[in-house]
Amino acid sequence: MSYEVVIGLEVHVELLTKSKIFCSCPTSFGDEPNTNVCPVCLGLPGVLPVINKRAVEFAILSGLALNCKVNPRSKFDRKNYFYPDLPKAYQISQYDMPVAEDGYLNIKVNGETKCIGITRVHLEEDAGKLIHAENGDYSLIDYNRTGVPLVEIVSEPDLRSHEEARVFLENLKRILQYTQVSDCKMEEGSLRCDANISVRLKGKKELGTKTELKNMNSFKAVQKGLEYEIKRQIDSLEKGERISQETLRWDEGRGLTVSMRSKEQAHDYRYFPDPDLMPLEVQQEWVEKLKGLLPELPLQKKERYITQYGLPEYDAEVLTFSMDMADFFEDCVKEYPEPKVVSNWVMGELMGFLNAERIDITETKVTPLNLAKLLHLIDKGTISGKIGKTVFEEMFKSGEDPEAIVEEKGLLQISDTKELEKIVDEVIKINPGPVEDLKSGKKKAMGFLVGQVMKQTKGKANPQIVNKILRNRLK
Amino acid sequence: MKYFGLKVHEAHKLIKDREISSEQLTKSIMDRIEDVEGIVHGYVTVTKEYALKKAREMDKKIAEGEEPGPLSGIPCAIKDNICTKDILTTCSSKILKNFKPPYSATVYQKLEEQGCIMIGKTNMDEFAMGSSTENSGFFTTRNPWDPARVPGGSSGGSSAVVAADEALFALGSDTGGSIRQPASFCGVVGFKPTYGRVSRYGLIAFASSLDQIGPITKDVRDCALILNAICGHDPMDSTSVPADVPDFTRFVDKDIKGIKLGVPKEYYTMQIDDSVKKETGEAVTNLANMGAEKVELEMPYTAYALPAYYLINPAEASSNLARYDGIRYGFTYEDAENLLEAYKKTRSSGFGPEVKRRIMLGTYALSSGYYEDYYLKAQKVRSLIARDFDQAFKNCDVIVTPTAPTVSFRTGEKIDDPLMMYLNDIFTVPVSMAGLPAVSIPCGFVNGLPVGLQIIGKPFDEGTIIKVASAFERMLALDKVKPLFGSYVRGGA
Repeated sequence: MSYEVVIGLEVHVELLTKSKIFCSCPTSFGDEPNTNVCPVCLGLPGVLPVINKRAVEFAILSGLALNCKVNPRSKFDRKNYFYPDLPKAYQISQYDMPVAEDGYLNIKVNGETKCIGITRVHLEEDAGKLIHAENGDYSLIDYNRTGVPLVEIVSEPDLRSHEEARVFLENLKRILQYTQVSDCKMEEGSLRCDANISVRLKGKKELGTKTELKNMNSFKAVQKGLEYEIKRQIDSLEKGERISQETLRWDEGRGLTVSMRSKEQAHDYRYFPDPDLMPLEVQQEWVEKLKGLLPELPLQKKERYITQYGLPEYDAEVLTFSMDMADFFEDCVKEYPEPKVVSNWVMGELMGFLNAERIDITETKVTPLNLAKLLHLIDKGTISGKIGKTVFEEMFKSGEDPEAIVEEKGLLQISDTKELEKIVDEVIKINPGPVEDLKSGKKKAMGFLVGQVMKQTKGKANPQIVNKILRNRLK
Repeated sequence: MKYFGLKVHEAHKLIKDREISSEQLTKSIMDRIEDVEGIVHGYVTVTKEYALKKAREMDKKIAEGEEPGPLSGIPCAIKDNICTKDILTTCSSKILKNFKPPYSATVYQKLEEQGCIMIGKTNMDEFAMGSSTENSGFFTTRNPWDPARVPGGSSGGSSAVVAADEALFALGSDTGGSIRQPASFCGVVGFKPTYGRVSRYGLIAFASSLDQIGPITKDVRDCALILNAICGHDPMDSTSVPADVPDFTRFVDKDIKGIKLGVPKEYYTMQIDDSVKKETGEAVTNLANMGAEKVELEMPYTAYALPAYYLINPAEASSNLARYDGIRYGFTYEDAENLLEAYKKTRSSGFGPEVKRRIMLGTYALSSGYYEDYYLKAQKVRSLIARDFDQAFKNCDVIVTPTAPTVSFRTGEKIDDPLMMYLNDIFTVPVSMAGLPAVSIPCGFVNGLPVGLQIIGKPFDEGTIIKVASAFERMLALDKVKPLFGSYVRGGA
């Protein structure tokens, strides 16, 4: 039988504000445990929350970037539950009046564009972090993360495969990074993803029983977790079993999903409006002002790269993966207006080195201006394209100007015909075999002989001139 | 010399004229505490050394030429649910019996800045839940007028120590009547300001949408002085309102001719003792004799205030008190096998019965499937009550009612009947639900026990309340009548 998969995602994203959502403690990651805390985020008796305006701004920006309607009035609610990482025993969140709702995000899967609905974007506070002793005797609590602002982004159940879910998540991440509301580092927990999954027979209207899958801590985990859970559900149905509504945890080590709690054990969070916070009134002017601050988003940028620069879709996609990469590309094109050449170098050499060194584009010593200079040197014939790659490697290592590198290392291309003739003659003399081959029509030998000249000149010979001389000599 | 009987403004004059020092005044209070605290049991903590040190510092400043402000060097008592840095703040609960907050409440900071000398933290019903101080996790406070009776609650300690001259004034907190009802029982002035007028930052939350800090004083002028010191917007409290704060003493000793007194008939026909009804009725007549104009009102939703209050208040409390889990501060049950047991044992042995009752009521009222019928409906009733007051204030300037339906009752009399106990707040709760300001001032005696008159004002119109209260006080001069401790057996009753 043929099944249809239905997935909706709930994504938590830490906002890049300097201070926490309800107090002025810093939000920095990786500090000594329990150093970025105060009576307010520790939830000591008597303290009160005061909303961080910047956090609201970031939530609105997130909503706008996801084509949501920003609500003129939203409110904060308490989500009550006991856990040691939650010092007030309630999380301040938004229950039925989120900052923004009713948006969408277009994704492209297998060449087809699909519109995925965004149900809502709401603000809430993060909890602390538990560190369990290995022997299981005790747990330690780090409250540094307590009160870091989050937006929760909830998608409609519009995703039809784990592949679509992955692409959606990647697009979402890119949009939020572009908007600069979050760094979206899954490995640091600044982007976390839960999924609601169900399957149904193709053509059926009503949804199957869903499970909620948590604890997928990387893009790979999302992919693998969903894949596993979809298969598990279909296998169960095939065997005539029923899916039970429950919350599952992805066990990365064992590669399977484990039940955390059943529907009957589900928490009753006893949501109610937080009496300590006034409803959030958002003026339309503010929203308009923030709209003006939205950058060009990845999809728009990609389309523009295709039409404006005539790039293939693949190049446009790769170059717009991050705003920093895209900026690098465009800054370089401004100095060297051959977009496809620049694209080749950025995607080939630059990304190759970045990946090999495992560093981000923001950390490279190569500047767009220096890359443009390098490309001009190649165009002018000052260096060969092959030497260009050597120079680039040096630029990547030292950050130096390509002209300085060429001069310092004596990498100038040899275009002096007299000098090259001498070397060619030498090569002909010591390679009688290949010379004979070439004369008898074996074209492959030409490449070998040119290669020998390049070897003699350490790659500095101008290959066009070498070719010409060789052809003349061996006519 | 005995200075403990002074009012704030009287003591200020003596300090200003360099006739007494703050240290003398503070020592006199300490002597008084020594003498009568064995009867009253008003304090959870007396901060004697701290107070004397602060008093000497203040005296030094004054000696060096600093002009003393109205509260400079004045000894005061603070209810034990208001955080005072590094000084025990227990909420009269075993679960916080060892809690020393690392910060001070905004109100306390303000009082300190004005030079007040804190002499101790006062007893209360645990987490401010109660009307008799019998729900204290430590001991019961006695009414200075009759130690066999309760001082009211939850600010029973604050009211009793002011009535017994163990402090020149005190801060209390009021959620459904917790300043006004004990002020009424103890024959002192207790003022609950408009919700949002005084910062709640550092007030240990009970029912956040109702809690408000206010003064308990020996007379109306003192009340105005303390309001001057504690009112005002606080950026640390999102519910505090950035409204102008007038000098409230300007409203003292003013004519009340032409002021319209609203008298809602519901407050005189509900469950109320005849004697109390008679005293408050006479008070209205007296006010009318001074030139105020009596306006009869109907406030049909009054009767629904108490049931709605007893949904909202426990609901908020159940959430506010969830943080006391023994993990970070306060009482911890040490021998738990696992997390769940630690939670259960800490909370079941740390909280008293009334607190547990409200946590359970509130948890139920917020539960999925019941929320709409209970919490949400109660919120709707709350809006109707507020509308009742809005309507009423179109026709009057203040509303005058009894503060409580009875005078002080005997210790133990109502403690086993929570519903009877809740009825104590029947006249104060509607005001809290509407967030309005109100005062309780003494208006007479029944069998030697004080009766309180509640004067309710429009939002942020504390001034008019002070005006009416001050005129009334001047006429009856009940502020001069004090409980007689001489007849008590030391430590008795």
